[in-house]
Amino acid sequence: MSLRLGVPSKGRLMEQTFDWFSARGVRLSRSGSDREYAAAVDGVEGVSLVLTSAGEIPRELENGRLHLGVTGTDLIREQLPFWESQVFELAALGFGHADLILAVPKFWVDVETLDDLDAAAAAFRGIHGFRMRIATKYHRLVREHLKAHGVADYQIVDSQGATEGTVAQRTAELIADITSTGATLEANHLKMLQGPPILQSQAMLLGSRQAGWAAVSDAATALSGQLGLTLPTDLS
Amino acid sequence: MADKTAIRAEAERLQAVFLAKGVQPVTLEFLQPAGTLLDLYGEDIRARAYVTFDPVHGEQMLRPDFTVPVVQMHMTDGAEPARYTYLGDVFRKQDAGSIRAREYLQLGYEVFDRANPVAADAEVFGLFAEALAGHKPQAVTGDIGLLIAAVKGLSTSERRRAALLRHIWRPGRFRALLDRFSDRGDMPATRANILEKLQNSDAAELVSAAGPEIGLRSADEVVARLDTLKEDATVAPIPEPERQAISDILALSGTVQHAAVALEEIAQAYPAIAEAVARFQARVALLPNPSEIGFEGSYGRTLMEYYDGFVFGFSLPGADIPVATGGRYDALTRVLGQGRSIPAVGGVIRPDLLVAEGAR
Repeated sequence: MSLRLGVPSKGRLMEQTFDWFSARGVRLSRSGSDREYAAAVDGVEGVSLVLTSAGEIPRELENGRLHLGVTGTDLIREQLPFWESQVFELAALGFGHADLILAVPKFWVDVETLDDLDAAAAAFRGIHGFRMRIATKYHRLVREHLKAHGVADYQIVDSQGATEGTVAQRTAELIADITSTGATLEANHLKMLQGPPILQSQAMLLGSRQAGWAAVSDAATALSGQLGLTLPTDLS
Repeated sequence: MADKTAIRAEAERLQAVFLAKGVQPVTLEFLQPAGTLLDLYGEDIRARAYVTFDPVHGEQMLRPDFTVPVVQMHMTDGAEPARYTYLGDVFRKQDAGSIRAREYLQLGYEVFDRANPVAADAEVFGLFAEALAGHKPQAVTGDIGLLIAAVKGLSTSERRRAALLRHIWRPGRFRALLDRFSDRGDMPATRANILEKLQNSDAAELVSAAGPEIGLRSADEVVARLDTLKEDATVAPIPEPERQAISDILALSGTVQHAAVALEEIAQAYPAIAEAVARFQARVALLPNPSEIGFEGSYGRTLMEYYDGFVFGFSLPGADIPVATGGRYDALTRVLGQGRSIPAVGGVIRPDLLVAEGAR
């Protein structure tokens, strides 16, 4: 059995992950055609590379099908409520920085903070007869954030993509989404609320607490040594 | 997890205490319309209730508690006064890895009676104390009615009172608003900034200059709130004795007898709560063993948003979830009663926690 390392299967996240490993003497590559997710690892024995979507990696770590995986902290926190007992963080990779933020239309000059949002939500419910809608795919993180800050009279509507467009399409009044530069918000006439973001996310190398580590201990020792990382001592 | 048969047996033994008083047993639907529950509890309920979809009736929830179906049943065809007991499973979604039960029995007792609300409060509490006596629980009570009276009596604008009333059940935000309305601490920089802009420009122009009008919330609504902000900036701060009175009520902690004395002193400085304090004292006089009943000024604020009067909980030593909770929810009957309302009070017992305690 080999140690299974999960890495996002496409885009900049995959390239930057490959670069990060390569800078530490572990060459990851995608073999064959661009369409197939076959992959290879050079530089350490007994490690197999699994290319999969960043959104799948938290679940695969949780159920132990991956020993190690690279994904965004946003996805870990959203998908794994008790993430600290299910996975462990090995290394922040220094890229993929993005903030999970709330954004409202720019012409809402009366709304700059969560406090304003709460008051505007109360008025909105009075006028329209339903709760203000927040489009997002980060249901749990947004709900917990708003609960912690005592914001009421909102509802979450699911949006798995093109979230910034939901306000103009009138399927939501505001959005919660990941942003790195704010350019997409600007293009959609949205502005971020002031104050700290809901979450500051970045790419992270994580380990699974559910995976069988005993069977891959040689590879685990070799890989962690090569990467200069220390694995927890309480893995089974 | 304790044996389900043992839990049901304990639940039926407890329900016999209620039935012996001639209380009417009722059986209620498992599936509840999600819209009604979401309206009442807000988005948080989505994290806690199992949601399913019905092609005819739309989104449905597996009942997270019995309060809504009981009130709806009573408001539709209940005789007055009415006393109901029910026993059945409720369902609460728990996060992966949580050891809390997702499905458990609740035994309930609810009173719909206009005659003497204070006596009805004491009746429910007394009955629960009697049913649980063998387990020697610790009782804690609160009174949201005191807080509501204290806010309604504030010398401030109607809008500020409404904002505080809306957040009684969110202690952090309530405190922040109370401090702001009392001019304690600085005004947030963003608020100062927009007020300054409003001094020099027309609100509608500010809005149209900021960006195109997109979405359902209109520019008129934004302008209306700017007008509200301007108006609010001219409201005098809440007088210090009134703010202090609310702070003192929230800080109360001791027995109900101790609270009855302390509240009388607070009412002397802030007479707006005198009536609510008199009700509190009348209730204390009817409670069994008041020297052993706790009172916390803030108790019940994070239980359920619909409690608006007397609230109580019974806990076993060392347990973090109370074995029984309840309270008064007059306003809820108005919300669900489509124009009609009736004073209502009740509570639920969790037999599974009692059986688990017995097994320890």
